[in-house]
Amino acid sequence: MKFTGNIIKYGDNVDTDVIIPARYLNTSDHKELASHCMEDLDTTFVSRVKQGDIITAGNNFGCGSSREHAPIAIKASGISLVIAKSFARIFYRNAINIGLAIVECPEAAENISEGDVVEADLDNGIIRDITTGREFRTEPFPEFIQKIIENGGLMQSVKNGVIK
Amino acid sequence: MGMTMTQKILAAHAGLDEVKAGQLILADLDLVLGNDITSPVAVKEFAKLGIDSVFDKNKVTMVMDHFAPNKDIKAAQQCKLCRDFCTEKDITHFYDVGEMGIEHALLPEKGLVSAGNVVIGADSHTCTYGALGAFSTGVGSTDMACGMASGKAWFKVPSAIKFDLKGSLRKYVSGKDVILHIIGMTGVDGALYRSMEFSGEGLSSLDMSDRLCIANMAIEAGAKNGIFAVDDITLDYIKEHGGAEPVIYEVDSDAVYDEVIEIDLSQIEPTVAFPHLPENTRTFSDIPDIKIDQAVIGSCTNGRLEDLRAAAEILRGRHVAKNVRTIVIPATQQIYLDAMAEGLLKVFIEAGAVVSTPTCGPCLGGHMGILAEGERAVTTTNRNFVGRMGHPESEVYLASPAVAAASAVTGKISSPWEVMGI
Repeated sequence: MKFTGNIIKYGDNVDTDVIIPARYLNTSDHKELASHCMEDLDTTFVSRVKQGDIITAGNNFGCGSSREHAPIAIKASGISLVIAKSFARIFYRNAINIGLAIVECPEAAENISEGDVVEADLDNGIIRDITTGREFRTEPFPEFIQKIIENGGLMQSVKNGVIK
Repeated sequence: MGMTMTQKILAAHAGLDEVKAGQLILADLDLVLGNDITSPVAVKEFAKLGIDSVFDKNKVTMVMDHFAPNKDIKAAQQCKLCRDFCTEKDITHFYDVGEMGIEHALLPEKGLVSAGNVVIGADSHTCTYGALGAFSTGVGSTDMACGMASGKAWFKVPSAIKFDLKGSLRKYVSGKDVILHIIGMTGVDGALYRSMEFSGEGLSSLDMSDRLCIANMAIEAGAKNGIFAVDDITLDYIKEHGGAEPVIYEVDSDAVYDEVIEIDLSQIEPTVAFPHLPENTRTFSDIPDIKIDQAVIGSCTNGRLEDLRAAAEILRGRHVAKNVRTIVIPATQQIYLDAMAEGLLKVFIEAGAVVSTPTCGPCLGGHMGILAEGERAVTTTNRNFVGRMGHPESEVYLASPAVAAASAVTGKISSPWEVMGI
């Protein structure tokens, strides 16, 4: 799995309440959720995010509520990949289950800057900052996780007979 | 190698003699939970599988508590979707307005969780049931849908931090102060991916409401689950509420913990978590005068009868300060009835507070007490993230029912020790 995109960078403890505030949880419509993504943290996100962009963040990304609306809003807003120092565990599970690629790589999250162009090859565990030329190593995705993301999420994978 | 309590429960539910931290397992589920926010997404995912029924109609439960009674048309549509699904699938434990309560107060009260169970819930505070000696953890809607279909979920076996409790709590100090104190020590990701296991001689001084409150906020330290050793207090509670026969998993004597942290309960003071993270804790020697606009006493963390009693003790014969909107939310219909029978509701209303039907409402900034720009609330809820209770420029201070009640009386963040003259 390969991703290339511009970096949008955030800090530690980005919680699910700022990713998608609860006042918008009266719907599960993906586009509507995306239209409020990051609203309480960064009012410019929705207007500047482009298809394929990559988020980098610090520790404990996605902490707080179990709302699957959070990774859904991020994915539907066009983000292709989230790279963080660490993820809150429910968010991690939810992101994989809905087919949003996420990867822990503290070194990349620390050293990649806002606006850089980054190429990530998750099959081989290589993250390359094209802007600076720096390269970072991460654990390759296990095959079953790659399959879930390629099939668009856990349910679709079960339906497609990829996961039994 | 010895196993922790959590590992023993998981091993038994995966049909294995032994599990190790880091191992991936597939475990049988005793209960799958969802609410009116998370269940609609799960119902849509479930439909993708094209199967007719859930794995066991008695082991799936949905509780309409977050935006119920319906706060707007969209919320009404979401509850309707859940209601229709539960009717069609003949789900036994569907709780709607009139029967519902806040899910994590309701399920133990209804006897739906017992010691030794494995429970998943599409709500992060599902970790509450660890107070009953169960393994329970929050998941998302897709995991809920898979759980409803198969009765199974995959887990990575967690390692654990042991909290060895000693001593007993002082007057007007409660489980909320204990867990805020602990999160202040560990930080909001200090227990990430791990279990928090509570045991020790201090356990005997903590009642079930304290334990439920402590386990409830394990997620606020990043933990996968919080769990308490089972004792007579647990067993009496389960029996009294008609729960299934408890299965007690005791930690192995040679179990390996990542860390052991000793907590002397007698040293814990009334504690407040400042905006905008639950780890920003302070005690009153370090709290200046902070004027408040609202006080909330309720939620899955602190809406139980013992919490209402603690608040009523302080509000009895006193009145809330002018311009402090004080909102009391009994967590279930039974708690509401019990509080009424004990005269607590009269105390609240005479003190100038309002008493609401059970709902998560203001805790997540849904309804029934939203903050305006620049406003501050002292609340017994569990999160104080940016915008959690309303406007992104508002502030939430987390505290116990006693602190919230004392603060409502004075109009600023106040210690119950000060208000009650200790």
